[in-house]
Amino acid sequence: MKRLSTLSIAAAIATFGTAAIAADQPVIGLITKTETNPFFVKMKEGAQAEAKKLGAKLMTASGKKDGDTGAQITAIENMVTAGAKTILITSSGDAIIPAVKKAQAKGVQVIALDSPFDGADALFATDNYKAGILIGQYAKAATAGKPAKIAMLDLFPGHPVGAQRHNGFMSGFGLKANDAKSNELSSTAETVCAADTDGNQAKGQTAMENCLQKDPGINIVYTINEPAAAGAYNALKKAGKEKDVLIVSVDGGCEGVANVGKGVIAATSQQYPLKMAAMGVAAGVDYAKGGKKASGYVDTGVTLIAAKAVAGVESKDVKTGTSLCWGNK
Amino acid sequence: MTTFKDKLPPISQLGPFIALVAACIVFGLTTDNFFSGANFALILQQVMVVGVIAIGQTLVILTAGIDLSCGMVMALGSIVMTKFAVDLGMPAPLAILCGIAVTAGFGLINGLLVTRIKLPPFIVTLGTMNIAFAITQLYSSAQTVSGVPPLMTWLGGTFDIGHTPISFGTILMIALYLGCWFWLRETASGRHVYAVGNNPEATRLVGIPTDRVLLGVYVLAGLFYGIASLLLVARTEVGDPNAGQTENLDAITAVVLGGTSLFGGRGVVLGSLVGAIVVGVLRNGLTLMGVSSVYQVLITGILVIIAVTVDQLSRKGAR
Repeated sequence: MKRLSTLSIAAAIATFGTAAIAADQPVIGLITKTETNPFFVKMKEGAQAEAKKLGAKLMTASGKKDGDTGAQITAIENMVTAGAKTILITSSGDAIIPAVKKAQAKGVQVIALDSPFDGADALFATDNYKAGILIGQYAKAATAGKPAKIAMLDLFPGHPVGAQRHNGFMSGFGLKANDAKSNELSSTAETVCAADTDGNQAKGQTAMENCLQKDPGINIVYTINEPAAAGAYNALKKAGKEKDVLIVSVDGGCEGVANVGKGVIAATSQQYPLKMAAMGVAAGVDYAKGGKKASGYVDTGVTLIAAKAVAGVESKDVKTGTSLCWGNK
Repeated sequence: MTTFKDKLPPISQLGPFIALVAACIVFGLTTDNFFSGANFALILQQVMVVGVIAIGQTLVILTAGIDLSCGMVMALGSIVMTKFAVDLGMPAPLAILCGIAVTAGFGLINGLLVTRIKLPPFIVTLGTMNIAFAITQLYSSAQTVSGVPPLMTWLGGTFDIGHTPISFGTILMIALYLGCWFWLRETASGRHVYAVGNNPEATRLVGIPTDRVLLGVYVLAGLFYGIASLLLVARTEVGDPNAGQTENLDAITAVVLGGTSLFGGRGVVLGSLVGAIVVGVLRNGLTLMGVSSVYQVLITGILVIIAVTVDQLSRKGAR
């Protein structure tokens, strides 16, 4: 009984809400994984700026942490109720799919930003496999001639972005690797150690320490993101090996790019959250005005940032990376 | 009432040692580099943050409470001390003291809510966990604080015994464990902690100020989280707002694996050190074996269930 009445109230709000707002301006929802990660902070800024420019109203929500799909589902439901015609979402997991389908059934356009999921009308994201390939190619060229002993510092098991970056790196390095669709982490004789970091600095350090224990001769370190890379560098520094080991990473946050400048990270693949958000908002306004939904996958670009360019691999310098980075400069 | 039961080592207290020895034998046989002084010193260094948090958590659990806020409070402490030193230019010792004061302050708030308003510790610390997380994120703008003064990272430094590098932080952790163990075992106030956990009503009736004991335990726990903040900064050389996310459950895991009863009143603080080391050994050994970290999670889960089962069965047996 209670549930029924809640539902009917929600429905009533939905009807009134839509009617009231539709006359006014298009409402676009943005749901991120967290409210605090600078990547999503930047994404939100980008969406707000674009919404202001195009005269749209932006609603935002997020989970408490990566994987908090419950909060994202609630946000989808609330935004549909509040009259959003387009919802942009960086999915925390496939558990959101049924809620997305329900929203779409009500005529809402749902666009995936950054993290793909089945059933989204469109995807605006970094090609994480390509991001991996770029740092793989860089590592190969920078260490040419030396026998490779690689440590893989991953995110956590089963995460598609983690698998794409990992396998892309190996492919770029010229090792046998699974394709971009695979969720399995490839492993070859050259990858002497693999450990999870949760993308966190302290755990990145612990993982690297354990890898050095396994094989002190490691000379290349792949890291899932720049905090993990900073942790790995710390472990190498304590072991007196920071000069002999090449660290590569993915993200392009301002702290990460600064670490490329300091020589902590040799090269990182930079992604562009602001662009993802701006494109998402523009697609939302298009849909509200012309009724045309966005579709397919749009690559928002990835650039290799390296302090020292190597022959045969295109890269931009730290200055360019800093001008395009996200987070506090 | 204080009993002698918890002075004898029942299976719940031998269990962690058995698990530790078994894990060491397995990893010693399956990997080349596990058995070395340097590797054991490394594991100790890796567990020192959770190890020190687990001291505070042990005290709270001995009173039949639980502290979910420990990891987030620790993260807040590390952000406060690093930002005070780096952004405000405060001298390192003062900044460290401010960080520890903040964590002890959270302990005080937890303790006051538990003793004065009689709220359940689970709920109180669930609330303060979120509050500490939010303040950490807001105050740091979710950005890492780097360039911390050398004094803050001193505990992460090492000295050699033979060819084994021992970190100062590890020595501090072991000293804190021994101190706390002695306090709980040999002093009247330490025994009161057990008494409050065993039977608060009876304890109150014999004239022990149970509320004051409880309040003291929470503040003391907060102090230990503050020391853990310093150890984290010493280890990573930055203030990291994303730290502390899993430390609350890691610390509870260490305490439970160490044989301290979740129902309060029974346990030995040194067991928590063994519990923390068991988790560290699993992570290190499985990486050396090249096994996915999921197995570490699986094995830890099984060990926790076994530990609680042993505690529950021995408790029934005693009645």
